[in-house]
Amino acid sequence: MFGDIFNAQFVASSIRVAIPLALAGLGGVFSERSGVINIGLEGMILSGAFTAVAVTNFTQNPWAGVLGAILVGILLGLIHAVTCITFKANQIVSGVAINLFASGITVFFCWLLFNETQIMVKTSLPIWGLPLPSIGEGSTFARNIIVMFAHYSPLVYLTIIIFILAHLILFKTPFGLRLRSVGEYPQAADTMGVNIIKMRYMAVMTSGALAGLAGSFLSLEQAHFFVKEMSGGRGFIALAAMIFGKWTPLGTAGAALLFGVGEALAMRLQGVLAIPVQFIHMVPYLLAIFVLVSAVGRATPPAADGIPYEKEIG
Amino acid sequence: MKSIKKFDYYTLLEKITPLIAVIFALLVGAVVIMLIGENPIFVYKTLFSNAIGNRDGWGNVLFRATPLIFTGLAVAFAFRCGLFNIGGEGQMYIGTFLATWVGFTFTNLPAFILIPLCILTAAAGGALWAAVPGILKAKTGVHEVIVTIMMNWIAASFTFFLVLKFKAPPTEAMVAAGVKQMIPHTREIAEAARLPRLYPILQSLNIDFPAYNQVNVSFFIAIGVAILAYYILWKTNLGYEIRAVGYSPLAAEYGGISVAKNIILAMMISGAFAGLVGTNEVMGFKYKWRQELFTGLGFNGIAVALLGKNHPLGVVLAAILFGILNYGGAIVNIFTEGRIPRELIMVLQAVIVIFVVISDEVVKRLIRQRRKIL
Repeated sequence: MFGDIFNAQFVASSIRVAIPLALAGLGGVFSERSGVINIGLEGMILSGAFTAVAVTNFTQNPWAGVLGAILVGILLGLIHAVTCITFKANQIVSGVAINLFASGITVFFCWLLFNETQIMVKTSLPIWGLPLPSIGEGSTFARNIIVMFAHYSPLVYLTIIIFILAHLILFKTPFGLRLRSVGEYPQAADTMGVNIIKMRYMAVMTSGALAGLAGSFLSLEQAHFFVKEMSGGRGFIALAAMIFGKWTPLGTAGAALLFGVGEALAMRLQGVLAIPVQFIHMVPYLLAIFVLVSAVGRATPPAADGIPYEKEIG
Repeated sequence: MKSIKKFDYYTLLEKITPLIAVIFALLVGAVVIMLIGENPIFVYKTLFSNAIGNRDGWGNVLFRATPLIFTGLAVAFAFRCGLFNIGGEGQMYIGTFLATWVGFTFTNLPAFILIPLCILTAAAGGALWAAVPGILKAKTGVHEVIVTIMMNWIAASFTFFLVLKFKAPPTEAMVAAGVKQMIPHTREIAEAARLPRLYPILQSLNIDFPAYNQVNVSFFIAIGVAILAYYILWKTNLGYEIRAVGYSPLAAEYGGISVAKNIILAMMISGAFAGLVGTNEVMGFKYKWRQELFTGLGFNGIAVALLGKNHPLGVVLAAILFGILNYGGAIVNIFTEGRIPRELIMVLQAVIVIFVVISDEVVKRLIRQRRKIL
């Protein structure tokens, strides 16, 4: 039984489940490090998922779909930035509005363009890596290694590169230092000549791009279709991963992997134990609440997180 | 004298910002309709004339407004305590399912016991579900936004499990045809648990009203709950404490008010309001629980509360406006043979929310500037 659950396939599926959560969570890291709460990640993932499928089916090119998803994410990020940074509106309200907007507009266009509630992906991205030897041919060990490390969608490798870059940018460059200072103590950063507004706009739009990319992975690579509300609360689980990862890229990646393992485990246990499938479906959400509670007292958000910047105080 | 006049003008402006936001959103909608290649004037005329041009339309509008009054009040009430309850969807699922269960289980009870029992169960179920994020927020400080959303998905799975457990037996026609229930649903609730529709009441008053109209007594329950929310918030000690926590938790704590207690209570009352959606959807309309993935009523409650400026009267008016848009949107969809998808209304609602928050901020800043100059 143990071997049935914990095998190479299990590792691979954990990683696949973790990718969208990690990408969206990283979006949350960028946004909140600059001082803007982004509840709209959920809607950005959903819009990205729809755009990826729609553009792929129209152009027959999944890479164009991925690019479209990123652009739509940036656009929604821009809307969030305008409402929260320029107009200083309540950031949670703006995020909620983006989620409502995304739920409506995706189904709206689904009907308008395809006349259906569910659209299948016509072409997927190629699998990159070593060719998979068929079972029985060659050693099982070599096969397992390939399954675990070298047989994925290009977006999986891209995600790993993005995370390394994000870590370097945030913690090893002057730009990253400025971004973090804007989220911790914007008045001081402003005195040092950092353009608060510009930094926050860039951060929020980056978070939109990452959430859009997460959405494209979800629809193009995981589900191979788009259906309404398919983001399934992942934007919020990603926020939980971000908090558990203490607002750092590597921590967020680790927390996302934890969710990946949890979900993959639940899916596998379903076949072994007689648990109703509905309870299996609850696992990621229960895990998110559990993770949040256990992060209490350990994880401190950036000091200026959620506070609009006012130049003159008083 | 002149300065006082100007000041009044801005206070008025602050009051009517939601109206400005709605007008802007309708303009955005007009642009979208034109992009699809339809005539916005025709679309809006069809929408409004069918929704509020006759009694049948008004009935349908109020029927659709009723659940939104409940979910809107839920969001508004929690907001007064500084809490964002976006878990109305889940609270409504649990409350509604439990009320349905009571309705088809205790079938021997007379109506004057069973109806209040079902209503109280709906409220209790919602309160129970909202207590979890409330307690977590009060005791550990975990943000209620993420927890309430997670609780929505857990509620959806949990009710799915329950509906399969209490599934209605297949009808003879279904057995003969060898088909199963496409969408799982429970047995119907007892006759004694059903709320009367407005049709027989209006008929006895000699008012002409179509018999098939679904508007029912639940609308009056919703109005009653709105008055109750107003009473609790502005006429009781509890409401005073809840609002004090909403203004400034630190100041409230310093003034001897228990922040934790009020957070939990505000969440539970908010959840109870959301749970009462069941009075309209099951006790007054479907008479059974049908499993669906998110009706959107809980989420639209957020938009209703924001548009209504988190005031019970505003919530009722905003819910009626959304009722008009929803029903009118459905009619437009039929009139244009599906060329205008119903989801246009969802997009409009989201645009209204964005414009409400922006115009609120702009007006606030205008007033602040004005006061500085004066």
